[in-house]
Amino acid sequence: MSQKIVLVNEEGIRTDGRKLNELRPIKLEVGILSNADGSAYIEQGKNRILAAVYGPREVHPRHLALPDRAILQCRYHMAPFSVEERKPPQPSRREVELSKVIREALEPAIFLDKFPRTSIDLFIEVLQADGGTRGAGVTVASLALADAGIPMRDLVAACAAGKVGAHLVLDLNDIEDKEGEADVPVAYMLNSNAVALLQMDGLLTIEEFKRAIDLALDGCKQIYALQKEALKAKYIAIKEEAEEGVEEE
Amino acid sequence: MPFFYENRQIVTPGDLLAEGDCLAGHNTYKSDAKIYASRLGLVQYKGRLVQVVALNTFYVPSVGDQVIGKITEVNLHGWSVDINSPYIANLKASEALSRPFKPQRDELSEILDVGDLILAKVTAFDRTRDPSLTIREPDLGKITQGQIVGVSPAKIPRIIGRKGSMISMLKKETRCNITVGQNGLIIITGRNREDERIALLAIQKIEQEAHTSGLTDRVTEMVRKERGDV
Amino acid sequence: MSSIMISRIRQKQIAQLITSGKRLDGRGLVDYRPIQIETGIIVKAEGSARVRLGKTEVLVGIKIGLGEPFSDRPNEGVLTVNSEFVPLASPEFEAGPPGEESMELARVVDRGVRESKAIDLEKLCIIPRKKVFVVFVDIYVLNHDGNLIDASALATLAALMNTKVFRYEVKDGEVEIKPGFVALPIKNFPIAVTFAVISGKLVVDPWLDEEEVMDARLTISFDRDGRVCAVQKGGTGTLFPEQIIEAANITKEKAEELRKLVVKS
Repeated sequence: MSQKIVLVNEEGIRTDGRKLNELRPIKLEVGILSNADGSAYIEQGKNRILAAVYGPREVHPRHLALPDRAILQCRYHMAPFSVEERKPPQPSRREVELSKVIREALEPAIFLDKFPRTSIDLFIEVLQADGGTRGAGVTVASLALADAGIPMRDLVAACAAGKVGAHLVLDLNDIEDKEGEADVPVAYMLNSNAVALLQMDGLLTIEEFKRAIDLALDGCKQIYALQKEALKAKYIAIKEEAEEGVEEE
Repeated sequence: MPFFYENRQIVTPGDLLAEGDCLAGHNTYKSDAKIYASRLGLVQYKGRLVQVVALNTFYVPSVGDQVIGKITEVNLHGWSVDINSPYIANLKASEALSRPFKPQRDELSEILDVGDLILAKVTAFDRTRDPSLTIREPDLGKITQGQIVGVSPAKIPRIIGRKGSMISMLKKETRCNITVGQNGLIIITGRNREDERIALLAIQKIEQEAHTSGLTDRVTEMVRKERGDV
Repeated sequence: MSSIMISRIRQKQIAQLITSGKRLDGRGLVDYRPIQIETGIIVKAEGSARVRLGKTEVLVGIKIGLGEPFSDRPNEGVLTVNSEFVPLASPEFEAGPPGEESMELARVVDRGVRESKAIDLEKLCIIPRKKVFVVFVDIYVLNHDGNLIDASALATLAALMNTKVFRYEVKDGEVEIKPGFVALPIKNFPIAVTFAVISGKLVVDPWLDEEEVMDARLTISFDRDGRVCAVQKGGTGTLFPEQIIEAANITKEKAEELRKLVVKS
């Protein structure tokens, strides 16, 4: 439309060398901040996002406390240096909407009714952004919640699919999101087959919309496996080292 | 009765642990005759009971628990106590003194002031009220000496050990007095700083490796090595 | 009961009825409440419309201004959508800056209009890179009885179709306003259809009590050619993938119905 960038070439290869249904390389680390009750970090393509959880703890301000369950407060925020053109530090309307949408994606996974009159405070900081940050934010936040020992029904994995250069693709990067025809972010709880976050902007036929959702769910399943591995990684390493050559008790 | 994991395997929230005629134990939940893990930890199958020994939890008070807390506020009739829990605990003056008292603020802060540590017991807690404490039993009260260390409350059972085996070994080998709070706080009082340091190292090792086997032996070995006994 | 919090008994009633395919107000699961649309009621605004959806009432005012284009779209006019949950509309609304619900509403309505390219923004360019028309859409919620999104999207479309832009001439690089008006160039008609998921069923146009009870909310916007142009899941529950597709199929039909109300008026 505006630029003449080739988003997908004739061989079906995208601007960053990926195939249509390929996720960006993902790296996940859990328990990296010492003060937070739970924390995690994700690199997905050029995205760099940190999530931290404090709680359950006393509710501030008091009047928000619910008598029969905990509340989840979520702040999605982008660092001023995270994007091409410096973003002013005050929360933008987009950040307010994403904070809400991310919170609504994670709430169904948490056993909130076990901790009445408390608050679980979740902070998601985007240190570097390259498209799909709300998905990566949900993915890393799930790990931070699990790391904090908060009881959950399931991990929530998220990613986006969309239409770029007339093809349906998985995990859009920033250029693809800006120049493509449609973006469909999805968050998914595998064991309940439950979609917890769903948005779309762009233009798609119903058929394309359905295929995009299927593609995104496929991506979520792959990410879910990575989340599990990341949670266990630290403990498995310690276990292997400690039990080397020692017989079972 | 299909079990989907082996005993002591690490499981994550949402993992399907068992199906059919089973009971959902700690850190699991049941949905449609299926039992799933709700926390990261080691799965344990005990007959029909399926539970998870969590690797990290926060402390939810239970009546009868011994806890270590810190005074955060002096109030009209008692104190607010931080017991490392989502809920702030209350210690009424009547649960701290053996004699009746007059509600004068100065008096209370002379008994226990902000920042003081106490060894207390949980006397009440439910979904509608904050936990209540008492220090009126023998051995309870203000903590005046020792080193304090915090671990995830999930590790406390491992630090105590089966029938107290781990904690007895630690006390014996380090010659320290070790008081364990169910809320993850521990006080170490030794005859010298060096003994206390070794006890601290041992506790940190247990916290790190709580999910492994052969731990008691390895910790004993480490302590002895540190003391130069080996 | 003047309070918005409905009792447990009523919650149960609503959920049970829906299980048997009925609603408390007698509607079918995919029926809208009666809709009234009036346009041109605020004469000082360049465009305006008021929608009554059952007892929900939303007023949209459009103001046209002049401004600079966005740096990445130098030849296009600017669209900006704002929403205000006016305190008189509900005991739950407080005076002050927009909360997250209000911001979400504005952004969802904006998405429908923007992605469907309802406004021909290129025609609103006056001097490329320097001066363009700015379309200010202000959504004013006057009474909240559920489904603010659909009411607001409908009022926005009706108001846009009713909007007039002043004539101008560019002299020495300056914009001079001339007498007379031109209709805002509209080339698509996005319609939003919102569902509540209650007792596992999809319910179109939830009213306030149904919103209190719902597990999740799903809004799907379609353009005139039956293409999806915006989707927003809301609420703290979840949806099965099949429910999403079912909703999209229902939306196609309902969007047509609603569009006829606006495009004729």
